[in-house]
Amino acid sequence: MWRTLVLAACVPLPAAAHMPTSGLGPVYDGVFHLLLSPEDLIPLIALALLCGQRGAPFARRTLWVVPLAWFAGGVAGILAGAAHAIAFDGASFLLLGGLVALNANVPLALMTALAALFGFFHGYMNGAGIIRINDGIFMLLGLCAAVCLVVAVFASLVIPLRRPWTLIAVRVAGSWIAASGLLMLGWSLHGVR
Amino acid sequence: MASVRVPLMFLTLLCFAHPAQAHVHKGEELSFLSGFWHPISGLDHVVAMIAVGMWGAQLGPPAIWVLPVAFPIVMAFGGMLGLLGVPLPGTEIGIALSALGLGAAVMTAWRPPLVLAAVLVGFFAIFHGYAHGHELPAGENALLYSLGFVMATGCLHLVGITIGLVNRGYWGQRGLRAGGAAIAATGMFFLWKALA
Repeated sequence: MWRTLVLAACVPLPAAAHMPTSGLGPVYDGVFHLLLSPEDLIPLIALALLCGQRGAPFARRTLWVVPLAWFAGGVAGILAGAAHAIAFDGASFLLLGGLVALNANVPLALMTALAALFGFFHGYMNGAGIIRINDGIFMLLGLCAAVCLVVAVFASLVIPLRRPWTLIAVRVAGSWIAASGLLMLGWSLHGVR
Repeated sequence: MASVRVPLMFLTLLCFAHPAQAHVHKGEELSFLSGFWHPISGLDHVVAMIAVGMWGAQLGPPAIWVLPVAFPIVMAFGGMLGLLGVPLPGTEIGIALSALGLGAAVMTAWRPPLVLAAVLVGFFAIFHGYAHGHELPAGENALLYSLGFVMATGCLHLVGITIGLVNRGYWGQRGLRAGGAAIAATGMFFLWKALA
């Protein structure tokens, strides 16, 4: 079975990301939008890794806080509209990646606030982009479902880790994300998009 | 025969892989590759980053992961300084000294306190990051370029750590120290070039 799957993966079809019509409808457009947008996906993975480091109660809390905040932010973005800010992307990369690299002992209340803020602002920026698309609210629902999925997958990958080198690998991943965030901040201060 | 057949089939199928056309119109995949290629394209950077991994492996835990975690973050800070145009004289000399110093540390199997090792590695990382930040090309996607850049640096550290794992037994330790000597000699060459 696994051989068939790997063989099938060796013959990929062309990926047509962000095409105007995917043919799958707005919900799936939202799902794919998140999975193909590194500026949203990577800090979300960092948040999930942080939850995984802290344990199951943190992951369970984040699992519903982030999608809800993302949805609320998305609705606010659709209603208000906003410009995309690379400086915010860089800051979320730096903050969340840095916390993972430090294996920071974040309290549950702070983690909840962090997840809510992160979800709201990223959702807001997504919503501001969705405003031009018909059925934007359905796309937002797809996006939030994908957010929930990403948090569940990555947090559940990290929670059972016990071997020292696997825990170190998670922290190294965090340091790479934080370093990318620092460089992105540099780019934004330099005036490059 | 069966053990050869499956990998052979993978390789044959990979030869027929379709090109992924995602984001092709924005050139974003080129930004990632451009960022990934940048740290690998200069020998002075490559040897210093491999030396960081080798030294970390030689020092053992927790240095084996503290140094490679500290280096990309401080290097990115140096890159930010370069992007902002903050003047940092003697960058090339600093890079050459990093290869020379880190190579010498591996060669002599120097075991300073962890804090001192991290500070030293961080100090050298600023020069590497600054040089890259100063040279970053315009028109790239900032996020993907940065990701490629940092991942390449991390991979070079992993190469160094993998090499450093030979640090077992008489010949392994001697071999690793010889590798450090080769890096120090490379650093000496680049120092001579920078001063010439």
